[in-house]
Amino acid sequence: MVKEISTTVIWELLKTIPDPEIPAVSIVDLGIVRNVEFNNNQLKITITPTYSGCPAFSFMKEEIVRHLETDGITNYQIDISLAPPWTTDWMNDAVKTKLKKSGIAPPSLEVACPQCESQQVEVISEFGSTACKALYKCLDCLEPFHHFKQI
Amino acid sequence: MAKDSLYKYVLALGDDALILGQRLSQWAYRAPFLEEDIALSNISLDMFGRANLLLEYAATLKGNGITADDLAFKRNERQFTNRILFERPNGNFADTMVRQFFLDAFYKLFLQKLTGSKDEQLSAIAQKSIKETAYHFRHSSKWVIRLGVGTAESHTKVQSAIDNLWMFTNELFEMNEIDNEMLQQKIGVDCSSLKQEWIKIIDEVLAEATLKRPENIHMTTGGREGIHTEHLGHLLSDMQYLQRAYPDAKW
Ligand SMILES: [Zn+2]
Repeated sequence: MVKEISTTVIWELLKTIPDPEIPAVSIVDLGIVRNVEFNNNQLKITITPTYSGCPAFSFMKEEIVRHLETDGITNYQIDISLAPPWTTDWMNDAVKTKLKKSGIAPPSLEVACPQCESQQVEVISEFGSTACKALYKCLDCLEPFHHFKQI
Repeated sequence: MAKDSLYKYVLALGDDALILGQRLSQWAYRAPFLEEDIALSNISLDMFGRANLLLEYAATLKGNGITADDLAFKRNERQFTNRILFERPNGNFADTMVRQFFLDAFYKLFLQKLTGSKDEQLSAIAQKSIKETAYHFRHSSKWVIRLGVGTAESHTKVQSAIDNLWMFTNELFEMNEIDNEMLQQKIGVDCSSLKQEWIKIIDEVLAEATLKRPENIHMTTGGREGIHTEHLGHLLSDMQYLQRAYPDAKW
């Protein structure tokens, strides 16, 4: 029995998978899912890592597998592509708003405090709790915050 | 034959990244302060990620069911072909930062060239890695400057780190038979052509840091041929312990 499913259904399904380290956004939001297609009834999903050493990446792949199989999809393959390399340019404005609402300054060359919008900020460390974030401090409201590094 | 050369070329690049990643991971829980602990762990992870991409590629080139883990955990010291600077001990914080600074500056130039490789997989790995290296370089070069213009003690320590590590830098620009073959096939990089530019980067940072570049130092080599310093064996015995004691153990 082959279930009739479209790529749209798959995209919707993938949008329900949160990033394990930043659950406010999904793996689709972050641009990790690069392509979804069917070839002769076989589903092919192409994903790309954010940082080459990102420890969450293999977990994301497992999550995709788990979600597909829960939905009864068994005829699939997951490809990993490296080029073009992942960039924060693949995040749209809606995604950036989601990041900001969860207290993370979205990728930008002009970093602003996600609490008070002040641009009077300073870097505490270029390397934050995950590979994709840097640690900042707001000089106006004095709150520390993460900036999603622009790459 | 050509495939075997490509395998050896990719493996050597993977060994460089793996050994440096392992070295940096030895700072976890030991760095001077929390932010730096996190920074060094992050850079270590990037290097492990780079090593993983390269060793997985090497494993597919080798075939016979060989995996990246086999390459990382089941080879002996003499079979590792990382260049010596990558295996140098962490020493004090200045020693680690100078090693990183020399290597980040090298990677910046090397990866830029490698993005133009005719080999699609190597080019893709280079495109990915170069973005990370830009961050690493900013971090390590800033530290070299901060230590250079910091206190008299930090200045002395960072200068002596430079003096002690300098003898391992020339190996970065050497070309062996495999390098030449890969260069000829437009797959590999002409490392010897990077030296001048590298010196320029080093000089700019050292000038700002009020530090001196050593001259007339005897240069050592051998890593690419499997001839290492006594430190690599200790690193491997730690890194490979689990797989040696419990072969094929999985998480
Ligand atoms: Zn603020």
